[in-house]
This record gives sequence, C-alpha cells and structure tokens, in this order.
Amino acid sequence: MAVVDEDVFRAEVRDWLEANCPAEMRAPVRGDEDLCWGGRNPTFSCPEQKVWLDRMAAKGWTVPDWPVAYGGGGLTPAETKILRAEMKAIGARSPLYSFGISMLGPALLEYGSEAQKLHYLPQIARGEIRWCQGYSEPGAGSDLASLQTRADDRGDHWLVNGQKVWTSYADKADWIFCLVRTDATEKQKGITFLLFDMASPGVTTKPILLISGSSPFCETFFDDVRVPKDQVVGAVNRGWDVAKYLLGHEREMISGMGLAAGDPSLGRTLTDIGDPGLRALVAAFDVDAYAFQAMSERFIDELKAGQAHPAQPSMMKYAGTELNKQRSELAMAAGGSDALEWDSARSNTGAAARTWLRSKGNSIEGGTSEIQLGIVAKRILALPG
Amino acid sequence: MPLYLTDDQIMLKDMVGPMLGEEGPRHLRRLRDGHDAAGWSRELWARFGEMGLAGVLVPETAGGSGLGHVEAGIVLEAIGRNLTPSPFLATAVAGVTVLAAADDAVRGRWLPDVVTGSATIGIAVDEGAKHRPAAIALRAERSGNGFRLTGSKTFVVQGGTADLLIVAARTAGAAGEEAGITLFAVPRASEGLDVESVRLADSGMAARLAFDGVAVDADAVIGEVDGGWGLLSRMLDAGRAGAAAELVGVGGAALDLTVDYLKTRRQFGREIGTFQALQFRAAHLYSELEIARAATLKAQQMLDAEHADAPKWVAVAKAKAGQAATLAVQEGVQMHGGIGMTDEYDIGLYMKRDRVLQEWFGDAAFQADRLAVMNGF
Repeated sequence: MAVVDEDVFRAEVRDWLEANCPAEMRAPVRGDEDLCWGGRNPTFSCPEQKVWLDRMAAKGWTVPDWPVAYGGGGLTPAETKILRAEMKAIGARSPLYSFGISMLGPALLEYGSEAQKLHYLPQIARGEIRWCQGYSEPGAGSDLASLQTRADDRGDHWLVNGQKVWTSYADKADWIFCLVRTDATEKQKGITFLLFDMASPGVTTKPILLISGSSPFCETFFDDVRVPKDQVVGAVNRGWDVAKYLLGHEREMISGMGLAAGDPSLGRTLTDIGDPGLRALVAAFDVDAYAFQAMSERFIDELKAGQAHPAQPSMMKYAGTELNKQRSELAMAAGGSDALEWDSARSNTGAAARTWLRSKGNSIEGGTSEIQLGIVAKRILALPG
Repeated sequence: MPLYLTDDQIMLKDMVGPMLGEEGPRHLRRLRDGHDAAGWSRELWARFGEMGLAGVLVPETAGGSGLGHVEAGIVLEAIGRNLTPSPFLATAVAGVTVLAAADDAVRGRWLPDVVTGSATIGIAVDEGAKHRPAAIALRAERSGNGFRLTGSKTFVVQGGTADLLIVAARTAGAAGEEAGITLFAVPRASEGLDVESVRLADSGMAARLAFDGVAVDADAVIGEVDGGWGLLSRMLDAGRAGAAAELVGVGGAALDLTVDYLKTRRQFGREIGTFQALQFRAAHLYSELEIARAATLKAQQMLDAEHADAPKWVAVAKAKAGQAATLAVQEGVQMHGGIGMTDEYDIGLYMKRDRVLQEWFGDAAFQADRLAVMNGF
C-alpha cells in the first residue's frame, strides 16, 4: 500500500473509532468481567460493551484481516496493523475475546470446506458462538497424539466417547473443536478434527478449581455423543495436521497474553520499587519486556509477509510465557504484603496474587516450555534425535 | 515500517557478508599473529571507502551513501560474525554522527577523508574503567582564541591510529552533571597530547590519552559550548546501536559454531546434540538471540526515524544484545568442552570480542539503569 493511501486509511480509521468506540470501552480492563466473550447467551458488563461489539462486527473488524465473505474486514496486513495501532492509541478494548478468532478460525480458513467457512466463520466474527478446545486428556498431555477419545463411524453420524481435560471455559462454551481417535492402529494418523455442539446429549462438564481460586478449565465427558458427518474439518485421520496448525496460532496468542498494550515497562506501573536490588531486577526485566515487544512486532510482520519460520510460534510461546511469569513474580515482590491479600476489596479480591498464580499455567498450557524448546531445537536448529 | 529488512537492505547484507566471510576470523588471526601495530587493515578500510561503506551515514550531497542505522547495522553484524577488526563503528557510525553536526570548517576538513576511507576517528569519552559519560572531568578552559584541554581519557578504541579524536570535555559545572560538557575535534597529532596504545583481550587496540594543556582553536568546538550533552548522547546512541548490531553478529556466529559442533561431536555413541540437556540450552540461546536481533533492528529504525523514544530502544538493544551474545559465547565455550578452551578454535575469539563490545558505550547494567531512569524510576 502506498504511503499516501496508508495516511488516508489511517485518518478514516481514526475518525470512525472516534465516532464509534464508546468512552467506556476506552477504559483499561479491570478484570475478567470486562472481557466480552460473546456466545449464545452473552453477558455484558455494560450496554456499551454490546454496542462496541456490534459496531465492530458490522465493520468486519473483530477479524479485520479475514475475507469479507466470511464476516471479516478484508483488510491488508498493512491496514490491519494501522487499525490495531489506532485502537491501541485510544486505549480501545478488544471488542471480542474468542478462541474462535484466535484458534479455530485460522484452522478453518486453512483446512475448512467452503461450506464450513461460510457457515462457521461469520458466526465467529459476530461473536455468536463461543468455542472451546478439546485437546488434552488425562493420559495425553505433552504427548498429545496419544489421545484416546474415540469417534466411531456409525454410517450417518460419528459416535463420540471419552474424556477431555483442561478444556478452557467448557462450561460456558456453545461448541467444541475436538481431537478424536478414528483409527486405533495409528498414532498421529488416526486422529480426526471434529466440531460439535456442547448442548448435544451426552456432553457433561466439570470445572477444575485452580491454585488461583478460579476455574477457567473443565473436565469434559462424552458419553455416546452423536455428531453429524459433515462436521469433520479436513480429512478423516488427518486431524493432526489441523491440530498442529491451530496450536501454532494458540502459541502466538498465549505468547502475547502478558503484553500490555503500549509501553511494556513494569517499572513505570509500580508505585514503590523499594530497595536498589529490586530496582535493578525490575530494570533488567524491562529490558527483556521491551525487547520481547520488538520481537512480537517483528514476528507478526514476518508472519504477514510469509517470512516467519513455521516453528517460530514455539519460540514466541516459550519466551513470552516465561517473561510473563517473571513479570508476575516481580509485581508480587514489589507489591510486598499488600499483594498477598486474597479477598479484600482493597486488593480487588486478590487480583495481584491470583494473576501471579494463574501466570504459572502459561508455560504449561498449549505445550509446555520444554515441548517448545524441543521443537525449536529440532525444527529450527535441526539438532538430531 | 515492517520490522524486517527491505530488499535493498538484504542486497547489502548479501554483498557485505560474503566479502568479510571469505576470510572470516582468519583475518583477525593474521593481524594478531603478525603483531600488527594498528590491529586493523588499512587495505580493507580503503575498500570500505571505495564501496561507499565508510560513508554509509553521510548524505549523498556530501559524497556519502545516504543510508541509515539499519544499513550500518547490517555491516556491523557482518563484522561481528567474522570478527573483522575495523574502524567502522568508531569512525563511520559514532564519529560521523558528530561530524554531521560540526561547522563547515571541521566538517570540510575531515568528512571527505572519512568517506574515502583515508581518515579514521577515535571517540574519547570514558575516563574511568566503566562508561559514565556524565562523570566527564577532563577540563577545557578558555585560552586566547580557543581552549586548553587538560585531563585524561581511556578506552579510546583505535585511538592510537585515529587521525581525529572527538573529545568530550567539561567547560562548566562539575563531574556528574550533564550540563557543562562540550565536544571538541582534536587532531591526534596535537602538541601536549600523549597517546599510549594498549592491546586489549580481543587483540584490538585502544588508547589511553593524557592531555597536558592541549591547545585548540575555538572552531574545534562541535555543537554548543557547555551544551554538548545532547550531541554527545546522539553520538553514544549511534555507537550503542552499532555495538548492539555487532554483538548480534558475534552471538549469532557463536550459536552457529556451537550448533554445528553439537551435530558432529559424538560421545556415548551418539551426537551430543541428541541430548535434551544441550538441546534446551541451544534453543533458549536461539530465542534470546532472535529477541536481541529484533530489539536491535527496532532501535536502528527508531534512530533513522529520529523518533523521540529512540534512546529507550537503543538502551534496550545494547543491553539485550549484550546479554544474548554473552550467553552465546559462554554456552559456546562450555558446549565445545575442552577444545573450546583452545586458541585453535574460533569460539574463544568470539568470547573475547563480546567482552570488549559489552563494555564499549556502556554495558548491559548501565543500559538497564538508563532505561529505568528514562522511565522515571
């Protein structure tokens, strides 16, 4: 895009955001209740949250770089970058948090049939269906491909039986994208990628209480769940390809989670840094935080230009989550005894401590740090074994 | 602007890389083992002049290539990868940044010779073992039509062979204050200036300078009298971004050497690169170097855009590139095992160069502190 066109587009975006982004949606997110997840039975913390979602969805800007035909904005990479920068400049919240956008959507765009794209993607873009991910099982964590949940071919439908674990927000989700075993004689090549309605008979969920005191994950049980045959993404027994592709996007998302929009400095946010020893640690952390922000920018630019190494999301996921854990540790240290309060109003019901504890999962979920390092070693550095 | 190299920049990289890579670290070994007094090759520097590299940051109207810090960084990364001793960083990056702000007389006298690769510049800022530019104490006192400089400087890289010295002196205030600093263009061959060249661990040369009432004319002043801090900072930031790029080259080459070794060295009946303990460390190192590379490119782009946040990003780049390269050479020597300790293998040369580049223009701790101060804590 020519520079002058970029300037015109930037001005248009700025005017539109100024006219359409409600003031309430420019205030910093205070907690989970401020995040809009959409779904069949959406909850909005205020009316402006719905207004903001509807206006952005109507523009296709919940997924600015998806094609217009699938509910996207049809923007070029350069235009998408401008939109995000302008949103960041006014502190605009993301209108929609969605595993459909960050995980399933990209996989459907790559592997879905045209009919599937036309059916599912616009619903995702408008935030009408809330998705969850059925990957891990009690016996299949880091060794995900050993999963045992079965889908048996019953002619006109699949019959699904088994158990998933660590299903994010399964109790709040409308649909699931799920890895199932369709061939017990193969490992990776016996896995199929299936979509189905969580309201189907035979699906039950049970939240898992975490050390942070919240329950964002569930155990999910499937007992003779009937799934229509046209809800397979990609080919039967080739679901591992779809899963790996999707995991790449999940890793990108998780790697960016700890990144505050704008200035990444931790030191600027702390009111009392205390002694020089802690100050030095925070200063060193800030170097890493800025540097990783540059890495994220570079990675996104390279991704859009098709230049990124296919295994680079593993490096991003590793570095981003380790950094986020470090940030939480330092924030706790700087917060001192104030940050230890668990349920007082003063502490926003223990936000600091809960955030710190939750961050520990970042380097486990979506493939542990050790799994990522192994991928980098083998696929990027081409080390043997 | 996307955070990756443009096609033109890749062309430059593809030109400079193979040019320096042809000889690689053997070039350094030849100079070192021949006890070369300068520690760098005039022949190669003249080629830099012919190719327009010595004038990379000089505008085309002044006979230069009219390029930016990104391009200078590409050259420096190649220099780092090949351990090529070169006046490029002190002269073509830091020195030229100051000359660009000089009056016609000083600029006209020196810039053309710099661009052709026939003159080099030494940066005389540090006075103690650690980089603390605000602590400058070397005095410049008014005398007749000019000034007399008295005091000492240290770690003036390639100062013994430099034709021109950029000297940061105190004309007012006390050591520790940013106000009261003035930059001077001082020919090395000045009366009252004693130059002691010392060889450093990486076999490059640096000078200790003693100024005993060295007389300079008023037109030797570059920028404003007493108000030189801004220009000094610009010069140092140019040098820091450049040093970061060279460190990325040093670290990248150390990683490559080490990964190659992990693939070939066999113990316990298999390549040692099959051991997870080493794979994880190599992968972590790769990650750190990629991040350092991104931060460095960001800093260079910010400098080229003259962005207000450029100094922050420069501090980040120098700190991160320093940490990553230091990790690379440490892991490199360790994973090479015993032969990593031998002079025959190049990995130790990278370790020495990293150590020098860490100190030059301020180490990682200095940069982290600067970043914190710029962020108000």
